[in-house]
Amino acid sequence: MTLTTSQGSTGLQPVPQTELPRNPGMELDMGWVRAARANRSAIERRAATLPGRRSVKKAHQAAWLARAISCIDLTTLAGDDTPGRVARLCAKARQPVRADLLDAIGLPGLTVGAVCVYHDMIAPAVAALQGTGIPVAAVSTGFPAGLSPFHLRLAEIGESVQAGAAEIDIVISRRKVLTGDWQGLYDEMRAFRAACGEAHVKAILATGELGTLQNVARASLVCMMAGADFIKTSTGKESVNATLPVSLVMLRAIRDYHERTGIHVGYKPAGGISKAKDAVTYLALVKEELGDRWLRPDLFRFGASSLLGDIERQLEHHVTGAYSASWRHAMG
Amino acid sequence: MSVKEIFETMEYGPAPESAGDALAWITDQGARFGHFIDGAFTAPSEGFESRNPATGEVLAELTQASQADVDSAVAAARRAQPGWAALGGPGRARYLYALARLMQKHARLLAVLETLDNGKPIRESRDIDIPLAQRHFYYHAGMAQLMEEELPGRVAHGVCGQIVPWNFPLLMLAWKIAPALAMGNTVVLKPAEWTSLTALCFADLCRQAGLPAGVVNIVTGDGAVGERIVAAEVDKIAFTGSTEVGRRIRTATAGRGIALTLELGGKSPYVVFEDADLDSAVEGLVDAIWFNQGQVCCAGSRLLVQEGISESFLARLRARMDKLRLGDPLDKCIDVGAIVDPVQKDRIAALVEGAGGEVYRADCPVPEGCFYPPTLISGLSPADPLMQEEIFGPVLVASTFRTPAEAIALANDTRYGLAASVWSENINTALDVAPKLEAGVIWVNGTNMFDAAAGFGGLRESGFGREGGWEGLMAYTRPAETSAPLVPRAAPQGDAVEPQAVDRTAKLYIGGKQVRPDGGYARNVHDAQGRLVGQAPIANRKDVRNAVEAARGAAGWSAATAHLRAQVLYYVGENLAARREEFAARLDRMSGEATGAAEVDAAVDRLFTYAAWADKFDGQVRSVPLRGVALAMRAPCGVIGALCPEEAPLLGFVSVMAPAIAMGNRVVLVASEPHPLAATDFYQVLETSDVPGGVVNILTGSHAELAPVLAAHMDVEAVWSFSSADLSGVIEREAAGNLKRSWVNDGRARDWHAAPGRAFLDAATEVKTVWIPYGA
Repeated sequence: MTLTTSQGSTGLQPVPQTELPRNPGMELDMGWVRAARANRSAIERRAATLPGRRSVKKAHQAAWLARAISCIDLTTLAGDDTPGRVARLCAKARQPVRADLLDAIGLPGLTVGAVCVYHDMIAPAVAALQGTGIPVAAVSTGFPAGLSPFHLRLAEIGESVQAGAAEIDIVISRRKVLTGDWQGLYDEMRAFRAACGEAHVKAILATGELGTLQNVARASLVCMMAGADFIKTSTGKESVNATLPVSLVMLRAIRDYHERTGIHVGYKPAGGISKAKDAVTYLALVKEELGDRWLRPDLFRFGASSLLGDIERQLEHHVTGAYSASWRHAMG
Repeated sequence: MSVKEIFETMEYGPAPESAGDALAWITDQGARFGHFIDGAFTAPSEGFESRNPATGEVLAELTQASQADVDSAVAAARRAQPGWAALGGPGRARYLYALARLMQKHARLLAVLETLDNGKPIRESRDIDIPLAQRHFYYHAGMAQLMEEELPGRVAHGVCGQIVPWNFPLLMLAWKIAPALAMGNTVVLKPAEWTSLTALCFADLCRQAGLPAGVVNIVTGDGAVGERIVAAEVDKIAFTGSTEVGRRIRTATAGRGIALTLELGGKSPYVVFEDADLDSAVEGLVDAIWFNQGQVCCAGSRLLVQEGISESFLARLRARMDKLRLGDPLDKCIDVGAIVDPVQKDRIAALVEGAGGEVYRADCPVPEGCFYPPTLISGLSPADPLMQEEIFGPVLVASTFRTPAEAIALANDTRYGLAASVWSENINTALDVAPKLEAGVIWVNGTNMFDAAAGFGGLRESGFGREGGWEGLMAYTRPAETSAPLVPRAAPQGDAVEPQAVDRTAKLYIGGKQVRPDGGYARNVHDAQGRLVGQAPIANRKDVRNAVEAARGAAGWSAATAHLRAQVLYYVGENLAARREEFAARLDRMSGEATGAAEVDAAVDRLFTYAAWADKFDGQVRSVPLRGVALAMRAPCGVIGALCPEEAPLLGFVSVMAPAIAMGNRVVLVASEPHPLAATDFYQVLETSDVPGGVVNILTGSHAELAPVLAAHMDVEAVWSFSSADLSGVIEREAAGNLKRSWVNDGRARDWHAAPGRAFLDAATEVKTVWIPYGA
């Protein structure tokens, strides 16, 4: 199964688009990796001023929020997940917003981008999403710390693919970044990619644990060189998860990689994005730095669990003109 | 468009800020404005229209100030000033605080008004102009509070005439009015005729704050009104605007004994090294040259990129330019708004029209009307006029360099010196290059950062004086004591001669060598009794040229450590002390008094004082809202030409020389005209004291003849005069040529035996603000 396999009843999922070639990866180019620079102060300035520079209102805001929904990896990664809980989440994934509201904005059948779970919840999720075209993503490789034996991490990927996961979110070994073992990081990522087979692989950098933006830039490049289809900020379990400065660094690395190889690599900020306004800011950042092509679920995802609730309220406000309440929207 | 369609296109769509409240404010005022004089608005009268440049619509009718209006504003300010000063710092602080608060409360009104009137994006007026303007009032409320304690012996100038430009109307008003009021001055301010509305709104806030009548007066009108203010009986003029007008103001105020600060044009370099974070450097350019449509005096308008990365950098830059959004300045999603007036747009277009190089216009939609597309002109060399001339629009010119030394040379190859940016991730490169850039403000890995706590202002033809920080207060205060008029001192005459044991030949001292004057003339020097004591060479303009050339060449002195300069000055003092009797006798003979020994002792003491200061007149680290530091560095002016006082021929000479060279300047000193021989004796002291050749150059001759030559010399950074001849006017007038700093005595005496304080140290240095944001 790939991200672009068909349909849902409305033709909205997935969005019609040209299927892009997957990232085949390339030889590790240490000259390029070492030349990566990230000036924290300048990057933070850009990130801090962006929300003031870009603003979408009214119908545009509603459309952007709908677009954000289509890019959500609706996620549950808790120790107390059960098949029932996952089934509930999947129901929300199929109908993320009340039908009357979706009808009002002309987007019936809008779904989220994927459902993201632990390995043991893949089967219930696949079952619950049968016929929707919504892919199941599984976190893998000893998520979140990535410190289990390497052969087990590889085996975990294989089993998750076997269980029906179309997307695998792997975690990189932060220690390889922190010790400058770029070859080691490359080799590990290569092996994960190979183990994924047809499933798409998202490389979680755990940016909150990489120490510097320069490390984020370098790790992004190495993972792309090793064939990552997506690079993703965080597990959601670090103390600092997705931020705009980190996103800027990763997006610029994606742009750089695209300029040199022609390959589109996707981006997934995860953790800490819970407000509709933040989602719009992220979309604007992607639009500004990478362009409109990246504003599609095959190249952009939000890793989020509570974002959807805020967007639902904003959409109801758009439709009715009155501010909404959370209990007017179905739980996931 | 439907939500479903936008869902596919993902366009931004319009996000307009409402103009309703601001337009209502204008309507409430009758849409016709008079001036704000003596605490009240005058009746509107004949004048001109203020238009919204984005739409061309008329916003309001403004009044052109007549001579009588300016006179009445100045008279009101004059009446109010003593009371305002007498209110005391803490009393004034309350008003400044109230103004800051009122600006904060009415922030959005001011922002929208500014955007309507000027055409700048609402994002900028809302997030930058208005908050910075408020911050300036808060900061200076604090300065008023602290003035008596921290600036003992300094008082207000009196009435300040202030003329501000159209690019940052309210912010420039704040930069002018806040420090002036804090220090106890009253003001007559003229906003630019295209953009007067926020100044008038500010006047309304002054009324609401209960500011005493006459403390702030605002008159509107064009350049003719500005000329009237410059010509009025004011004590100080502060101007921000073009170099051309600045030069005219320098000429017009010459010799009037009033203070002047000028903040003028620029062609600021933006230097990108190959090890920079290139994407961030590209983004920095957006803030450098496409901020306020490039209508920024300190815009990073001259891009210098290291050759090896030039192609890649320019490609990234062009891609970034294509993403800029031009359009309705009130739209919150717009990067580049309208050019302030069709006149300016035509001017920009004409300059670009004749450009060489490769012209790239951003591939973004350009609305009809007063809009100009972001433009990059690459492949230029320093000889291209566009690399030299200020465009004052959204046009960036670019060239390349090979090495850090070449980057510095190219960056400094300009008549201007307002601001500069340097981008490198290498701390050695960045921190070495930054202070070597000839600019008043330097940003490391950043651009266009401003704060009230950090001084802003230029070098060279970008003007003089600083706004913000402690140094900014010097522009609005003067020493409390006033001195007596200086009585011109004529050279003693006579014809008595007596044979000398061995004839002594005084020469000029240029480049470390004793040289004969170019003209080959000398003048007889007599003592107080009219007896001939020797001959002094008569220097002419060519000797000035040679001396300045020698001083320029002695650049190593400015780069030497302060410790070394201190050692040399101590050594000069030591060697002068060793010849105390000889110098004292010479002084007694010339003056006919018995004060020579005391004068030598005082001179030695002065040398020790400035040797002590050499490594102690420190810069400061300023508390700016930034993770990083803003260094207020004390840099030498460069080459200083000075006319030494007639009285105290040794002490006066040393008092001028020592602080200048202690701070790292090289000097061309014209000795006391009637008593030149103390100075010519002195070069033997210099020669024995390890003073490098060219650091001190000594001329003798006519002050009246040499002063205009020195003042007009384009390779001299500052000129001082303590001459008793009436030269202040001619010096200030001639200094307008390259807008060099001038410090003249306006015919007032100075007690050379009194402790000089920091006045000479301040005059001998320029405060350069180096912004260094950091972050691992």
